[in-house]
Amino acid sequence: MAEHKTLATTGNSVVAEAMRQCKPNVMAAYPITPQTTIVEEFAGFVAKGRTDCEYVTVESEHSAMSACVGASAAGARVMTATSSQGLALMWEELHIAAGMRLPIVMANANRALSAPINIHCDHSDIMGARDTGWVTFFAETAQEAYDNTIMAVRIAEHPDVMLPVMSTLDGFITTHSIDRVDVLDDASVSGFVGEYRPKNPLLNTEAPALHGSFAGLGGPFFEFKRQQREAMESARTVIKQVGDEYAQISGRPFDVIDTWGMDDAETAIVVLGSTAGNARHVARELRAQGEKVGVVKVRVWRPFPYAELAAALKGVKAVAVLDRAESFGAEGGPLFLETRSALYDAEARVPVVGYIYGLGGADVRLELIERVYQDLSDIAAGGVAPGSLVYLGAREEA
Amino acid sequence: MPKVADIQRALEPTWCPGCGNYNMQKALLEVLEESGMDFEDYAMVWGIGCHGNGADFYRAQGFHGLHGRALPLATGIALTNPDLKVIVNMGDGDGYGIGGNHFIHSVRRNIDMVAIYHNNQIYGLTTGQASPTSDQFMQTPSTPGGVVEEPVNPVGVAVAQGATFVARGFAGDVEHLKSLYRQALDHHGFSLVDVYQPCVTWNKVNTFKWFRDRVYKLEELDGYDPTNRTMAFEKSMSTFHELTCAPDECKIPIGVFYREAESFTYQDGLPQLDRPMWKHAEAPRDISKILEAY
Ligand SMILES: Cc1ncc(C[n+]2csc(CCOP(=O)(O)OP(=O)(O)O)c2C)c(N)n1
Ligand code: SF4
Repeated sequence: MAEHKTLATTGNSVVAEAMRQCKPNVMAAYPITPQTTIVEEFAGFVAKGRTDCEYVTVESEHSAMSACVGASAAGARVMTATSSQGLALMWEELHIAAGMRLPIVMANANRALSAPINIHCDHSDIMGARDTGWVTFFAETAQEAYDNTIMAVRIAEHPDVMLPVMSTLDGFITTHSIDRVDVLDDASVSGFVGEYRPKNPLLNTEAPALHGSFAGLGGPFFEFKRQQREAMESARTVIKQVGDEYAQISGRPFDVIDTWGMDDAETAIVVLGSTAGNARHVARELRAQGEKVGVVKVRVWRPFPYAELAAALKGVKAVAVLDRAESFGAEGGPLFLETRSALYDAEARVPVVGYIYGLGGADVRLELIERVYQDLSDIAAGGVAPGSLVYLGAREEA
Repeated sequence: MPKVADIQRALEPTWCPGCGNYNMQKALLEVLEESGMDFEDYAMVWGIGCHGNGADFYRAQGFHGLHGRALPLATGIALTNPDLKVIVNMGDGDGYGIGGNHFIHSVRRNIDMVAIYHNNQIYGLTTGQASPTSDQFMQTPSTPGGVVEEPVNPVGVAVAQGATFVARGFAGDVEHLKSLYRQALDHHGFSLVDVYQPCVTWNKVNTFKWFRDRVYKLEELDGYDPTNRTMAFEKSMSTFHELTCAPDECKIPIGVFYREAESFTYQDGLPQLDRPMWKHAEAPRDISKILEAY
């Protein structure tokens, strides 16, 4: 294991630290709550000479991601961070980054999207970017946000992947609360991520390259997309390899999902991000009362771990999926849809109930999680599911 | 007709004590009362920022939109109901940075509306980062090493782009600001009112005192002619380069830089706007003649 120190700090602060340790060449960013302090801390590192990264404060997130795309195409290791409306404004550039196979690493502080105006945590922003082709991580804790950011660099730049990676953490809950975090020493991190050697940088004067040109009718557009899919599929293996290697220096085992109590669980909650902690807390209490309950936390959202999730849920009698984002007009939230899909090939048909919770930072009280387990235990005992989709804890009148 | 007390919401504003936004609100409320407009005669549109929080402190119809998008949003409102006075409130980051392109195009379009910029030379709401109007070399949390680039010169850009009403105010002089608001509301065309609005919490350089020591009124300047675009441009450029200097070395002009009495607005160019859009529905146009050829 590498040298490390234990800090009491916020998610944003350790993400900034991880970024510094990964030695990006260029960062372009625009402030937005609750991301702002990541970039502010990073700007402090630049000003103090603790990194020689070129840092530019652009006039919008659209410009931020555009500048990142340009810098990455030119051959730089590039990082940025955003949130909510900022991520939404980047949308067209997110596709360019993935389509041009640029290994940009971005942190996202998960936050609701307008309208109406809201600045608190949910996953609408990130789910809106679901199909942009970015490898996407969710962190439960500041520690995971730190670890994911470092692993992201290796995954993004891996020759079999070459895709942008987003490392997300829940707005305010994880970005701003003080948490215990083990931080590795600089040398171990820079040794782990290594140096980025771009394959076709446009600034290579011996073989000048043009990126992004027309690939219309009859052109290779369709094949490009297939290659993107192949890269995303390769990421499955690469993520595991990188996770294993990282575990060797960090001492923290990594897998694309994280399970609690699933060996003999009869009912389970599937969840993303910080709410996994609430779910485990309730599960632990119910276990103490003899209830066989479990929790599956999905750590890698894209590529989605279908096989791993199906294996973890094997044998359970009822599953609840907690979604902190809507997919209006669909049967449930995005995680619900993926979970049902993951279970399609299962031998036994398991009832899956979708819950929408915590939109715009609505409180995720422990009673709500208890209610979910109660619903599951009723279903497991032969009761009926409480409708296909429940708005968990929403008031009848706003 | 609505009085200040009717237009002002009975809410305690969330602005910091001493913020320049209070005086800007006071000036606008008083001018709205004076104007004799009723609630249905005008709409207010807001960007995102401390200025935009003002949306909650007025009782007015309108829209609190996205960061940077107030002008196009207001354009839609103004074109749909040409009888409305549309008053847009934006921040410097909001309206000159992330929404800067809309600024240029709204000027170019000469869309009939009042655009008020709460220019505090900082991103207030996101707690003090450099904005596009921050002085060069200014140190902020996002630019601890100092701002590298030169600031946007809104008055200069507007004058150069052919704006038909360009004014600059200072939140420390309410009576003067009211006169600018009055003229902007009266103007037929795009009216820019750029207001120096000290952010007492995050901008410790451009304070009320800092401005008081430097501002002077164009209307008090001998021989200044606000219908002379070249003169306006010259004045706008002088400020731009003197923003960082000592009070005895430079002065900052406020007042009306430029005004064009007769201007052709975007609305004037749209024959459909002889009446509000919704009235068109009462008499659908017969397009069968055009279709005969096909
Ligand atoms: C697309 C997008 N990016 C970033 C933000 C975050 N944000 C909110 S207000 C603001 C800047 C505020 O500065 P300014 O426009 O000057 O207004 P002030 O708060 O100073 O009145 C930023 C960056 C946002 N709301 N939307
Ligand atoms: S932060 Fe600045 S602009 Fe915002 S309310 Fe406070 S003083 Fe006003």
